[in-house]
Amino acid sequence: MLSDKVWIIIPAHNEEKNIGRVLQELLNLTPNIVVVNDASTDKTREVVSNFSVYLLDHLINRGQGAALQTGTEFALGQNAEIVVHFDADGQMQVKDIAKVIAPILNNEAEIVFGSRFLDGASKIPWTKKYFILLPAKLFNWVFTGVRLTDAHCGFRALAQKAGQKIEIRQDGMAHATEILDQVRLHNLRYKEIPVEIIYHEYGQSFGKGFKILFDLIIGRLTKK
Amino acid sequence: MLIKIILIIFIVYAVSRVALRYKDKTISLQEFVLWTLFWFLVGFLVLFPETTSYVANLVGVGRGVDLVVYLAVLILFYLVFRTLVRLDKTEKDITKIVRQVALKEGNSIKKTAAEEKKE
Repeated sequence: MLSDKVWIIIPAHNEEKNIGRVLQELLNLTPNIVVVNDASTDKTREVVSNFSVYLLDHLINRGQGAALQTGTEFALGQNAEIVVHFDADGQMQVKDIAKVIAPILNNEAEIVFGSRFLDGASKIPWTKKYFILLPAKLFNWVFTGVRLTDAHCGFRALAQKAGQKIEIRQDGMAHATEILDQVRLHNLRYKEIPVEIIYHEYGQSFGKGFKILFDLIIGRLTKK
Repeated sequence: MLIKIILIIFIVYAVSRVALRYKDKTISLQEFVLWTLFWFLVGFLVLFPETTSYVANLVGVGRGVDLVVYLAVLILFYLVFRTLVRLDKTEKDITKIVRQVALKEGNSIKKTAAEEKKE
């Protein structure tokens, strides 16, 4: 069991297939689970209602970044001391959560990123590794000045302080880069921890990558 | 010339739309005057295109029509940018509302979830 100060945030958009299994496993670990149902059109909501978790509903689909921010704000409102961002698709391993929050508990970092590359635990399709993740990694480094081994697999843990300081304004997938930007802005101590990601699907395709780039550029232009 | 007639008809139509919008108060008097002036100017240029050549020569562009196209592209770019920025802001505002609703309802659900656990 995890400390009751740890909260798990799961953004979910049309995840009826996998989310039940993920919640089942997570409930063995903690009751502090927040599912942000991002206007799913399938049975995600029904599936989640069967579990004793906190269910928040976005009336209109706003994207993963928006859902994470909603969940994080809710958890902080419940006095969470550590907030973990976890996926609903079952690709992340529940056993890795303890590893990812450890640096925060040991006061080594205020934000921890899961990395698919650190120890080679994850088997990543090679086209994805070299043609999507490598450019994304370099882009993040140039764009945000934060150098990580992995662009962002979406698995991260935030100490309360980081959760309060970081405000995700990128509603879509560009939030992952935006978070790095804010890590540097607020001088947060960060650390990477190897995690295992088991691929069912390919995830972000090349075309979506360009959508992320576009969002980031617009974000820069319109930033106050 | 046929093109002049078509353009003038379009301009008359556009001005009538502007007037209608002013009548049902969707636009202010200021906007009404601005748009009417704009369309009258366009109408004037359609009827007397030679005048653009005069201005074009003044600023060093060869043909009057070219100057009009340059200006039009410039203005369009600016408007697209402005629309993009506004759209972005609207999107963020929608997210804020959606989030507030989600959090508000979540806080009331919280109790039931907690009670469930007690049972």
